[in-house]
Amino acid sequence: MQGSQANMATPLPPVDRDRLLAALRAAAPGLQLITEVESQRPFECDALSLYRQLPLITALPATIEEVQAVLRACHALAVPVVARGAGTGLCAGAMPHPEGVLLVLSKLDRILAIDPDARSARVQPGVANLAISRAAARHGLYYAPDPSSQIACTIGGNVAENSGGVHCLKYGLTTHNLLALTVLTVEGDRITLGGSGFDGPGLDLMALLTGSEGLLGVVVEITVKLLPQPELARVILAGFASVREAGDAVGAIIAAGIIPAGLEMMDQLAIRAAEDFAAAGYPRDAAALLLCELDGTREEVAAQVVTVQTLLQQLGATSLRVSADERERALLWAGRKSAFPAVGRLAPDYYCMDGTIPRGQVAPVLEEISRLAEGYGLAVANVFHAGDGNLHPLILFDASSPGQIHKAEALGAEILELSVRVGGCITGEHGVGLEKLRQMPSQFSTAELHQLEDIKAAFDPALTLNPGKGIPILKRCQEYRALPAREAAVD
Amino acid sequence: MTDLTASLCERVRSARAAGTPLRIRGGDSKRLWLGRPCAEDNTLDLAQHRGVVAWEPGELVLVARAGTTITELEALLATEGQVLAFEPPVGGGTATLGGTLASNCSGPARPWNGAVRDAVLGVKLLTGTGECLNFGGRVVKNVAGYDVSRLQAGALGSLGVITEVSLKLMPAPEASRTLALELDAETALGHMTRSAREPMPLTGACWLDGRLFLRLSGAAAAVEASARRLGGDAVAPAEAPWHALREFAAGAQAAARPLWRVSLASNAPLPSAAAPLLVDWGGALRWFAAEDLDAFRYADEHGGHASLWWPPADWQEETAQPLSSTLQALHQRLKLAFDPERILNPGRLYRWL
Repeated sequence: MQGSQANMATPLPPVDRDRLLAALRAAAPGLQLITEVESQRPFECDALSLYRQLPLITALPATIEEVQAVLRACHALAVPVVARGAGTGLCAGAMPHPEGVLLVLSKLDRILAIDPDARSARVQPGVANLAISRAAARHGLYYAPDPSSQIACTIGGNVAENSGGVHCLKYGLTTHNLLALTVLTVEGDRITLGGSGFDGPGLDLMALLTGSEGLLGVVVEITVKLLPQPELARVILAGFASVREAGDAVGAIIAAGIIPAGLEMMDQLAIRAAEDFAAAGYPRDAAALLLCELDGTREEVAAQVVTVQTLLQQLGATSLRVSADERERALLWAGRKSAFPAVGRLAPDYYCMDGTIPRGQVAPVLEEISRLAEGYGLAVANVFHAGDGNLHPLILFDASSPGQIHKAEALGAEILELSVRVGGCITGEHGVGLEKLRQMPSQFSTAELHQLEDIKAAFDPALTLNPGKGIPILKRCQEYRALPAREAAVD
Repeated sequence: MTDLTASLCERVRSARAAGTPLRIRGGDSKRLWLGRPCAEDNTLDLAQHRGVVAWEPGELVLVARAGTTITELEALLATEGQVLAFEPPVGGGTATLGGTLASNCSGPARPWNGAVRDAVLGVKLLTGTGECLNFGGRVVKNVAGYDVSRLQAGALGSLGVITEVSLKLMPAPEASRTLALELDAETALGHMTRSAREPMPLTGACWLDGRLFLRLSGAAAAVEASARRLGGDAVAPAEAPWHALREFAAGAQAAARPLWRVSLASNAPLPSAAAPLLVDWGGALRWFAAEDLDAFRYADEHGGHASLWWPPADWQEETAQPLSSTLQALHQRLKLAFDPERILNPGRLYRWL
């Protein structure tokens, strides 16, 4: 995790900074640019702060035309462009490029229109995820995907990462909740993907762009689907004496034909940390707990609460608690929602993994992770989306202690490779970014990586959009290092 | 139940070497009414490349070869109370899983349960160079690499030969009820829009032959309570239009040509030039059998898109909504990234693709 320079797969010849600055100023006279090193410090990393890099120039466009001007100027000079929202990403996907422009989209923060009858909202990319639901609430509607960082994370970033959240088991990921995207290509040309209805014309480029980590284009406007707010939601808290029993209960609920709105699991280390932090009334003696949220009409929720409670009892739950009202529901979720910062108090540093595995593998994989962690002499806390098999092992370590970063990193890599081995993947919702680039070959063959690279080149032949992230570049390294346009530009 | 991957791969490679385009064929259930025609002389048959590769009911995930029929899959899933939530056409038993994904055909529950595009978790794909690639997988959350699996939905085979598909399944609803009200199209549209804003388990809303049909499905208690709120006449399952809607396009030949399918916002106004034959998807899908309607323009004016199904025999134009020049160029570059010699279903989606 140290020495991000060494991880840049494709070193570039230097850019003439003054010439770039002049080109940007000429292209968009009113554009806000940050050029001083100290003022650019806040932008040197995303929420995975172990990877840091200062950009050459930071641009804060306030209009689509200004974004277009930046892209055109950078394209003409073959300068890398890295788009950034709120910087809450967890894979160093928005870490700046040392030879490039950081395109901060946070000023594009307007909700342009809410159409309650079409159940859609048209928004700019810098709008915070939660702000959409807040604005839609007066119509009885909301936007379903809810990443943990939803107060701060932007919808543009959600599209780039195909973000999930606690409720995506029932309501899907970002990709399932979009109607249309307005995208600027690397050349600065505007395209519209999707539309006001379902299943847009031609190839489903909206699906391709969603989760593409800023490698294929810059999203400047988003139309999201809104859903009617459910009449009622209740959460069931169940403690278990073993991780295995809790894992089996997850499968049993789904097998009973119930799709909970959310189904989360925490292990003992996480339970105790969260309880110390939030005092939500979690069973401190339990080896694992499940939080199962059921939502829908009053009648539906009442019936499902009974079914799930009975099931959990039969499966050996050592404690059960059902939220009686909204206050108690919020309290039971408070422990889960504060689990990351709570675990963060147990050690100077933690490293969050994001592999997804088949639901049936949850118990054996958690046992294997605990065995691997022991081998490294590190502790791991688990807080995760059990319903969809998306693990978040939090590896605790102390960066100031020699060798611990490397140990944490090696353990993380083993956990991701384990996820792939049992039929899963290296990242469920956080993205590859810079962080998981080295694990990509454990999930994809060389031919598959070449195909991903060809897709990248179809959109961005000079590979200037967020270079060095998302997919390893294998074929084009040589051409890339000797970009002819770059040499002409430096003169 | 055979794995023909090796021989399919060989066929693609030799077609590439000879520069001969291939027409990819599953059950051939959509050939006459969907997309543009492409060269008939060199077909690549997938129908015998069939069989379920993996199904774990507890995981709600199924993996099957492309030639497996939808009818066969639905019968199998029913044994464990599971369904394909996107309700694809079955084409009289011939529609295959591969063709279903390639055409992205979804039934009346589409606005609420999603399309096959939303259910697909992974694909095995033969590219135009004859390489067998794997994208996505068997888990619902997977953001490593680009979403190549979902990109196949609606691509009509232009980016690769789909040989295997993994899908997310849903539990069959505990109860289902259909209600009907006698209404004209415009009033029905308003009714659909209002109902869809309410928190109730709506899974179908269509207007057909002067009647609005609403379907509720899910937990029995929720269905009953919502049915009481909605009112209208109860419709017996055998009389409900939902199955017919899945097969609407296939059976429409007798109705009229040209048949236009317009997908747009559910609250977009109806056109003045023509009355709809059918309104589905809670208002978001409208079918017109009309010569006088400029469907591409009507769709464009309301931010949607139109496609021509059952094109007249002499139809030379595009059957899908025309794209901007930038988008067209991107489509062409993407096509070449998967199929550099343009041998896979050339011209099927767009003349220039």
